[in-house]
Amino acid sequence: MKEEMSRIVRTITTLIYGFIIVFGFYVIVHGHLTPGGGFQGGAIVASAFALLVVTYGNQGIKGFLQKDIFSLIESTGLVLFIVFAFFGLGVTFFYNIMANSGGLFGNSAIIGVNPGDLNTGGTIPIMNIAVGLEVFAALGVIILTMSAGSEISRKKENS
Amino acid sequence: MKKSIFGVALLFFVAFMILAAFGMRPFGEPTVSEMDDYYIQNAQAETGANNVVTTIVFDYRGFDTLGEATVLFTAVIGITALFREAVK
Repeated sequence: MKEEMSRIVRTITTLIYGFIIVFGFYVIVHGHLTPGGGFQGGAIVASAFALLVVTYGNQGIKGFLQKDIFSLIESTGLVLFIVFAFFGLGVTFFYNIMANSGGLFGNSAIIGVNPGDLNTGGTIPIMNIAVGLEVFAALGVIILTMSAGSEISRKKENS
Repeated sequence: MKKSIFGVALLFFVAFMILAAFGMRPFGEPTVSEMDDYYIQNAQAETGANNVVTTIVFDYRGFDTLGEATVLFTAVIGITALFREAVK
């Protein structure tokens, strides 16, 4: 049984999945300036992976999307999040030590309505990136595992 | 018989909902708003981020986000345990 979808779907997917991934990372990185953040951007990136799995089938994406790498990224994101939460332990858990410090992400924001500066926010952008990595990798693991599992159950039913 | 009981219950429910809707406060006037006012006044100065929703999610209410991330992690563990045959 052929798992790939038609040539039209494959061509469109190949054209747009990169743009979806880039847009997802844009939402993650600009989480402290524009609507969105780690969870939303991670879900957008994972939707590109779901599109690839639906279009090419479980066999077609072998070697391109790998479960082990996703698993590693997921754990890294969660650990990064918790580590940056512990950095504020001098005051309280989750204290924002890097805000308004002048260093990395340390510029102070202009009060009021303004277009925004990417180099602000303290630990918030870093936590956004950590959560974004965790969410897209976790959803990727779920998509890949469930597609592989459905293939195995289909084989069992046919035999 | 059963249907008439369901109908009477539905009537009571809808009447209660309509009565409750008439007693609602006007939009934009919550009973207590000290916390909201604090966030709107000070979030930009304290955290340096423009998006106040993100400052609440990742800074003031960081524990909540930690719990959400842990829920997702647990979901992945559950899926992996369910499809153990496929992971090999």
